[in-house]
Amino acid sequence: MTIELLNREALKPTVQEHIPRPAATEAQLQLLSWAAPVAILLAWEVASRAGLIAPQVLPAPSSVAETAWRLTVSGDLFKHLGASLLRAAIGFVIGGAIGFALGVLVGFSRVAEASLDRSIQMIRAIPFLALLPLVIVWFGVDESGKIFLVALAVLFPIYINTVLGIRQVDPKLLELARVTGLSRMKTIRKIILPGAMPSILTGVRYALATAWLALVVAETVATTSGIGFLAMDAREFLQTDVIVLAILIYAVIGISADGLARFLERKLLAWHPNYAKEGRK
Amino acid sequence: MTTDTAVIVRNLRRRYGERVVIDGLDLTIRKGEFVALLGESGCGKTTLLRALAGLDPVNGGQIDGPKQPAVVFQEHRLLPWASLWENVTLGVDTAQGRKQAEAALGEVGLAGREEDWPRNLSGGQAQRVALARALVREPQLMLLDEPFAALDALTRIKMHVLIRELVARHRPGVLLVTHDVDEAIAIADRILVMRNGGIAASYLTADIAPPALRETLLQELGVESDSRAA
Repeated sequence: MTIELLNREALKPTVQEHIPRPAATEAQLQLLSWAAPVAILLAWEVASRAGLIAPQVLPAPSSVAETAWRLTVSGDLFKHLGASLLRAAIGFVIGGAIGFALGVLVGFSRVAEASLDRSIQMIRAIPFLALLPLVIVWFGVDESGKIFLVALAVLFPIYINTVLGIRQVDPKLLELARVTGLSRMKTIRKIILPGAMPSILTGVRYALATAWLALVVAETVATTSGIGFLAMDAREFLQTDVIVLAILIYAVIGISADGLARFLERKLLAWHPNYAKEGRK
Repeated sequence: MTTDTAVIVRNLRRRYGERVVIDGLDLTIRKGEFVALLGESGCGKTTLLRALAGLDPVNGGQIDGPKQPAVVFQEHRLLPWASLWENVTLGVDTAQGRKQAEAALGEVGLAGREEDWPRNLSGGQAQRVALARALVREPQLMLLDEPFAALDALTRIKMHVLIRELVARHRPGVLLVTHDVDEAIAIADRILVMRNGGIAASYLTADIAPPALRETLLQELGVESDSRAA
């Protein structure tokens, strides 16, 4: 009898008080995500100072920072950075303009598509870096060759995404253009281009990344200015601190370019639920 | 065509390949008259509306009406990248565009939302903007292609009241394509039944009591009425 009672007592479901623990706040998670890179940097610094890593192999972060400061003060850094950015910008504008113009043409006209698209796709199939020897033969080692390579790298992503964007515009909205009596030009300006904009901006983002890649390769081969020159010149004298600095600058500019693309998306696609406010992660 | 008519259709023909969808159809709609067009799926209701809107070609006959009637579709078809007022005045080229849009949005109960974006609207609100977009043109003929079909029942009733008011004020001729018998009875002056590529029957809603009309229409559409059981 007593045993039974006890058992019954034991079988009763226990009501546990459930107090939800506060989840880590956004700020704490942010902090955590930076912990690993900072730890690696610290370990690297310590290893270098302790003599575990030879400075010719990999210089300490502090010595890279020193070099950055030295080159900033002397003005060399800005001179080379400016040269690189100018090349990238000119190449981007030329390649982007051609890619966009071709994209609009092919996007609107089946005749243009039939006559142009196959050739463009064939050229696109060539990895643009494979053209490097030919580019050097054509242009020598001066600026135009590098700009050509960047423009070529930019052209295709912009072209493809412009065509795609125009083709994907909702046919129901094009029907609306007809019943509201929009002219051809207004249909393009008010419906087709805004409708194609998300896709075009995706192209811009890809193009920025490939432009940068093209620039690195072009500058590394033959040049007398630019970040790439800085790195290649330093290689001659085993100045690994300058080489690492050049690599870091490439990385920073890559991130900035992506940030610029995101900024454009937020600005131009404010109407789009995916890009509004917080933007895409 | 007198100044009182919104559109006259004579002997309209339309076929897809071998299949004749509209076969010698005649139709006249007066200004201010609200006509509902019922018919089974695939009977050619929407084909007729699209022909009147100038969206589809016809194979014969005559449409004597405005070149650019206003159209409201089942989906709102607002441009997501344009503000509400820009949506309303799309294709309207006047200096007073903004003012006209404000007035039209006010009429559909969305005053003060001119700068808002379509994504912030509910389905019913978006469809009201589509109505404002149609009305701002002061159309002689307004074509409605099941514009309330995707709305919930309560919103639909509110829209019925609103559209009646708007048509009474602006007095366009209206052709409403719908599959909803009750909707047709609630808002139309005249109800047409389309069958075999033509207008098979025509009823004035003022002439017949709604329950009787409902039963008649359901029979016309080949549905056994349940009103006797109820």
